[in-house]
Amino acid sequence: MRFSIYRYNPETDAKPTMQDYELDIEAEGKMLLDAILLLKEQDESLSVRRSCREGVCGSDGMNINGKNGLACVTPLKDLKQPIELRPLPGLPVIRDLIVDMSQFLKHYRSVKPYLINVDPEPEIERLQSPEDREQLDGLYECILCACCSTSCPSFWWNPDKFVGPAGLLQAYRFIADSRDQATNERLDDLEDPYRLFRCHSIMNCVEVCPKGLNPTRAIGKIKELLVKRTV
Amino acid sequence: MVKRIVSGAHYGLRDWLIQRVTAVVMAVYSLFLIGFFFTQPLSFASWHGLFESLPVRLASLLFLFSVLIHAWVGMRDIFMDYIHPTVIRLTLHVVVILALIAYAAWAVQILWSVQ
Repeated sequence: MRFSIYRYNPETDAKPTMQDYELDIEAEGKMLLDAILLLKEQDESLSVRRSCREGVCGSDGMNINGKNGLACVTPLKDLKQPIELRPLPGLPVIRDLIVDMSQFLKHYRSVKPYLINVDPEPEIERLQSPEDREQLDGLYECILCACCSTSCPSFWWNPDKFVGPAGLLQAYRFIADSRDQATNERLDDLEDPYRLFRCHSIMNCVEVCPKGLNPTRAIGKIKELLVKRTV
Repeated sequence: MVKRIVSGAHYGLRDWLIQRVTAVVMAVYSLFLIGFFFTQPLSFASWHGLFESLPVRLASLLFLFSVLIHAWVGMRDIFMDYIHPTVIRLTLHVVVILALIAYAAWAVQILWSVQ
C-alpha cells in the first residue's frame, strides 16, 4: 500500500514535506494504526502518538485523507491510496503527526469539567435517577482526541478564544448533570460572542467524531438554556 | 497595550436569536413574493398595485429591516472570524453600521415614493 505522510521537525526543517512510503500489508481486518506502526519499524524517525490502539485513549487523532479521525479505529481497506496522513489541523506541530494539544486542553479546563456541588458530602455516592443519568449519554463518552475541535473552522480562526466543540460538549455534560449546582455560573461563563457564539453550526465536529457524538446538538442545548433563562 | 487574550463580553445570545427571527421574517416575505410572481400577471400595473397597499409596504419595510439587521450580525460574525486587529475591526464595524443605516433610509424613501 502507498502512503504519503507529513514530515516536519520544527527544530531542523525549514518547512514541512510530504514523504512517500510503500508497505506490503494485507489490508483486510487491519486498522490504519497497524500500518503506521509497521512503517515506523521501517523508518524509526516517523513520529506518532498512540497508546491504547482501540479508540479509547484518543492519542492517535490525525488527518486521514483529508478527514480527522483516530488511526486505530480506521479500517485500512476503506482508505483510498496513496493514504495521505497529516497532523490534526490548526494546532502547532511538535513533530510529524504529533501536535501540541495545550490550547485545546486549556479550553477544556476553562469549562470547569468537574462536578460543582456545595451540599455536604454524602456518605454514599451522589445518586441519580436512571432518567437523569440518561441525560449524560452522548456526552460523557468524549475521549478528548481533538478530532472535532481541529476540524472546526471557527476554532481555526479563533483558537485562543473559541472553546471549541469538545470543550462545549463537556461544558454541556456538566450543565446536564443533575448533581451539578453551578448551571448559572457555567451559562454566565459561556454567554460570550467568542467562547460560545463562534459556533456557526458548521457540523464538521459531528462528521468526524470517532465516538459518534454530536457536539453541535450539545451547543444547541446550551443556547436553548440561555434563551430559556433570558425570555 | 498589553498582549492578553480577552474574552467574556457576556453578550451574543440576543444577536444569535435576532439572526434566527429575522431569517424567518425574510423566508415568509420571500415565499409571499414568490407566490405573487406565480399567481399574478407580471406587469407594471400589478407590481405598482402591490406596492400601493399599506400592508405590503409595511411588510416590505419589515423585510428590509430584517435584511439589514441580519446583515449586521452576519458581517460582524465574519469580521470576528477573519479580521483580528482591533482597530481595523472597529473601523469596519462603524463603516458597516453607517452603510446599513444609509440603506435603511434609502429603502424607506423608495417604498414611500410609490404614488
